[in-house]
Amino acid sequence: MTEPVLSVRNLRVAFAGRRGTLTAIDDVSFDIARGEILGVVGESGAGKSVTGSAVIGLIDPPGGIVGGEIRLQGERIDTLSPEAMRRIRGRRIGMIFQDPLTSLNPLYRVGRQIVETIRTHTDLSEKAARHRAIDLLAEVGIPAPERRIDGYPHEFSGGMRQRVVIALALAAEPELIIADEPTTALDVSVQAQIIALLKRLGTERGTAVMLVTHDMGVIAEAADRVAVMYSGRIAEIGPVRDVVQNPLHPYAKGLMGAIPTLAQETDRLAQIPGSMPRLSNIPKGCAFNPRCPSVFARCVVERPDPIPVGAHRVACHLYDRSEASAA
Amino acid sequence: MNAPVMPPSIPGTRPPDTPFVAIEGLRRTFDVSRPWLARVIERQPRQILRAVDGVSFEIRRGETFALVGESGSGKSTVARMVVGLLPPSAGDVRITGISMTDPRQAADRRRLRRRIQMIFQDPYASMNPRWRVRRIIAEPIRAFNLLQGDIAIARRVGELLSLVGLHPDDGVKYPHEFSGGQRQRIAIARALASEAEFLVGDEPTSALDVSVQAQILNLMRDLQDRLGLTYLFISHNLAVVRHMANRIGVMYLGRVVEIADGRELFRAPKHPYTRMLLDAVPDIGLTGRKRIPVSGEIPNPIDPPAGCAFNPRCPFANERCRIEVPALVEGVACHAFQERRLPA
Repeated sequence: MTEPVLSVRNLRVAFAGRRGTLTAIDDVSFDIARGEILGVVGESGAGKSVTGSAVIGLIDPPGGIVGGEIRLQGERIDTLSPEAMRRIRGRRIGMIFQDPLTSLNPLYRVGRQIVETIRTHTDLSEKAARHRAIDLLAEVGIPAPERRIDGYPHEFSGGMRQRVVIALALAAEPELIIADEPTTALDVSVQAQIIALLKRLGTERGTAVMLVTHDMGVIAEAADRVAVMYSGRIAEIGPVRDVVQNPLHPYAKGLMGAIPTLAQETDRLAQIPGSMPRLSNIPKGCAFNPRCPSVFARCVVERPDPIPVGAHRVACHLYDRSEASAA
Repeated sequence: MNAPVMPPSIPGTRPPDTPFVAIEGLRRTFDVSRPWLARVIERQPRQILRAVDGVSFEIRRGETFALVGESGSGKSTVARMVVGLLPPSAGDVRITGISMTDPRQAADRRRLRRRIQMIFQDPYASMNPRWRVRRIIAEPIRAFNLLQGDIAIARRVGELLSLVGLHPDDGVKYPHEFSGGQRQRIAIARALASEAEFLVGDEPTSALDVSVQAQILNLMRDLQDRLGLTYLFISHNLAVVRHMANRIGVMYLGRVVEIADGRELFRAPKHPYTRMLLDAVPDIGLTGRKRIPVSGEIPNPIDPPAGCAFNPRCPFANERCRIEVPALVEGVACHAFQERRLPA
């Protein structure tokens, strides 16, 4: 089997605070293969964005990676110096954020920003880089790119700006793209266009994509596999269709049932009582146990580790074989 | 649960066949011109934004009517005019036959006011952070003089908190001590405190996580069954709208392009924009489907296209669509539909 583009093992991220250390990410492991889109989904506070920031080495103090390892094509990147990491960002890992304006300098024409990125990471000439920038803009679906390349960010609409950001992220042909809520600020009709674009990256360029979003609909449409996060841990990870249609973890089950869908009419949405615990107040044992309908004695004392169940990995004692045989 | 309790009818109500809420030819323009001096120096004309242009629909008592549309479609502006937060530039809103604009009906309107309440997307912004929740919920009771005496009011506040799924003791806390979903419950309790029968929700669950959104949507439906409430529900989320609404109006650039029963709209959308929207929305029930690619974006509302506003993105547009604004006929505002040019 070929090596995954991104491999995260037992990642732990903590933030030092006045009242002690808060663990935002606790023992998270996953791989992303070439050309694959991994969706990372969860409600606010689940740790999905922090996971993305950890991979690109952008966790600001007082936070930091306190355990585990992150490998890009087999090479460890979580221990690199900030300077070495800066060279990897943009060159080997591209980034797309929710608000495209945070990634674009309002004072420079978009072409200049893309050309600059290309020239920072490759040894193309100014002219060749400009040609490449026009190709990139065409590839992400910007009409008349040879004219639009000289526009300023404010002259583009929201959807077009996000396309420019994707072009910028692709400029150095990265192996991995981290997209954090890339479609959340966009209207649905534009959202669909951006999702189609992300999917094409995987199939045509073989780029691995980590798609972080709270919108299960976007994941269902775009991702190949999905990791459902809860309280800093992966509750369940598996092929997207399986997880959406046949979730195993009680939280994933509740989450899928809580989402209204266009495909069928439901009289009542499934309801998970309560809300996600604060980082300062994560329950002992399984973090989901106070809200879980299937909670039993073991859940309040022992934290479940992910165990393989079919094509999924599920962090839930219900699926522990030894538990089943004992019962 | 108890049998539905219909609220007492409002004095001066017209016969039962008048719609509960009637919105007729509603229009709202905003002047977005630059300051006078800048306009004169740079010889620029005034710029008028038509946020809502000729919107008409009716809401029946006890039903949920939803307005759905993308940003800039004017759905929130309609909501604000319906509750009287924004005066319309033209047209009228009648609730139980009482006009929200006619100065001659000011006295009737004042009596009507407390029966209409609004729920906003961000409940925290609509609460005084220095007030305890019990005071927040008691305010409409005191303002409209609905109950006399602190004990009676405290008892009512406790009832309202239980009604929305909170504990009566939660009244002593401040808004910041609650989560987003709980705050939205408080906002609903406050809306019900004035014995409202018509609630207008402007994206009431858009800021909430999905599991919490499900709690609030279920609560709103339970309350509707128990209290016979009427809802105007504004949302950009089609799946949420499908779950909540009996009837749905789809808005595009300030106009209603299609009105239909909820089930009908999702089973057989007629307007090309509705079709495109239904096809575009990411949905967990439809993983792996083939999409028809969507083209283009919503035009700038300051300078909308002539004729049908959707014509630059519409695959069925012809010359007439570029000139003549289609009227809403049998629930659809589309020349191609009326001329039977649309594929089934």
